[in-house]
Amino acid sequence: MSLTETSIKTSDTPLGRDDLARLVAKDIAPGSFVNLGIGQPTLVSNYLTDEQNITLHTENGMLGMGPAAEGDEIDGDLINAGKIPVTELPGASYFHHADSFAIMRGGHLDICVLGAFQVSATGDLANWHTGAPGAIPAVGGAMDLATGAKDVFVMMTLLTREGASKIVESCTYPLTGVGCVTRVYTDKGVFLTGPDGVTVRETFGCTLEELQELVPVPLKAAPAAVGG
Amino acid sequence: MLNFVDSVQDAVAGIKDGSTVMIGGFGNAGQPFELIDALLECGATDLTVVNNNAGQGDQGLALLIREGRVKKMICSFPRQSDSWHFDAKYKAGEIELELVPQGNLAERIRAAGAGIGGFFTPTGYGTMLAEGKETRIIDGRGQVFETPIHADVALIKALKADGKGNLVYRKTARNFGPIMAAAATHTIVQVSEIVPTGGLDPENIVTPGIYVNSIVQVSGSGAGATNGKVA
Repeated sequence: MSLTETSIKTSDTPLGRDDLARLVAKDIAPGSFVNLGIGQPTLVSNYLTDEQNITLHTENGMLGMGPAAEGDEIDGDLINAGKIPVTELPGASYFHHADSFAIMRGGHLDICVLGAFQVSATGDLANWHTGAPGAIPAVGGAMDLATGAKDVFVMMTLLTREGASKIVESCTYPLTGVGCVTRVYTDKGVFLTGPDGVTVRETFGCTLEELQELVPVPLKAAPAAVGG
Repeated sequence: MLNFVDSVQDAVAGIKDGSTVMIGGFGNAGQPFELIDALLECGATDLTVVNNNAGQGDQGLALLIREGRVKKMICSFPRQSDSWHFDAKYKAGEIELELVPQGNLAERIRAAGAGIGGFFTPTGYGTMLAEGKETRIIDGRGQVFETPIHADVALIKALKADGKGNLVYRKTARNFGPIMAAAATHTIVQVSEIVPTGGLDPENIVTPGIYVNSIVQVSGSGAGATNGKVA
């Protein structure tokens, strides 16, 4: 095992969904404005701390979204992008849809966290449509988030159920955005994507070489990780 | 001109076959169920409907679709776990779908209300939803030309109106209401309360009455009420 491998393997086992959500939460800079996508990314909110002072945005017109509503808190007029009842935190604000998407499209959000079907080596994102014949397409706010947020984090399992890598040379599913993903959090490692290809920040339960066998694009250790 | 009408039936009576109708709401929050029910009752058909979704469950917009009144949906997210009426019509080839990224939907509606002839945006660039559209590189980024969405009528829901037609909304039920009110030729609003002119703080008006044409009070449609369904 080389020095590089040793330095970036940070866990002896692959990360579960909650551990991954905890890691994403820890990586969000204090004071950030963040949009969490529907599904797995929503778990991230469970691990944000008060000290981080993160403000959550929801596309249907709110900043300062709180946790899911329960019991008497449930209010049909207060829902999130997944149409789940939520709560408001002190300092929350409401605004109409064009303002909400101006927040997204105007580059005001620091980070959005999205799920994905595929991410390409240069950060292209496919997460809205399988392209299957007869499938009813639905895009929602995915394209706006992907192109508008300053940083686009993806959370997904590295492999499909069939064992194929979701990090690919170029996406075979219809694109959501071109060159927009900056970071990919998976159960087997954290990948940084950009115009120069894919670097690996850390691995979970495997070495860089083992990871390379799974992923069909060239991987290199992130500079910070080499010798780190 | 602003009218206060006595019933939802009177409010929608002028909607003609073939109209483009914007309907407020994101999921069920802010969806003007009573106005939609009245539209269903009045029989107008061959409608183009603009809404974020394509109906949920067995109420509101979903019923309008089930009854075959909608020839075309312009929306961002038609497919949901309970969008069975839209799904059936779509699979049968009985409804046309214009799928629009949600930010483009909002901005195209806003543009119509603001007299903007179109705009370039990075959203959708390089994707199948930009196919056939004019593109440009602006500030080093690929951008797509999008056009405004106008409507003959908007049906929206607000919390309160005053005598001048000024509106305030409630929480995330605001969503598309303000921009649809501005974009439509004739805007019909259902509110849970009408207060005397001067009864709303001018600093807190969300939709100025200039965008509003007809107001109808619907009791029981206020705070958080979404016909018993949350999502």
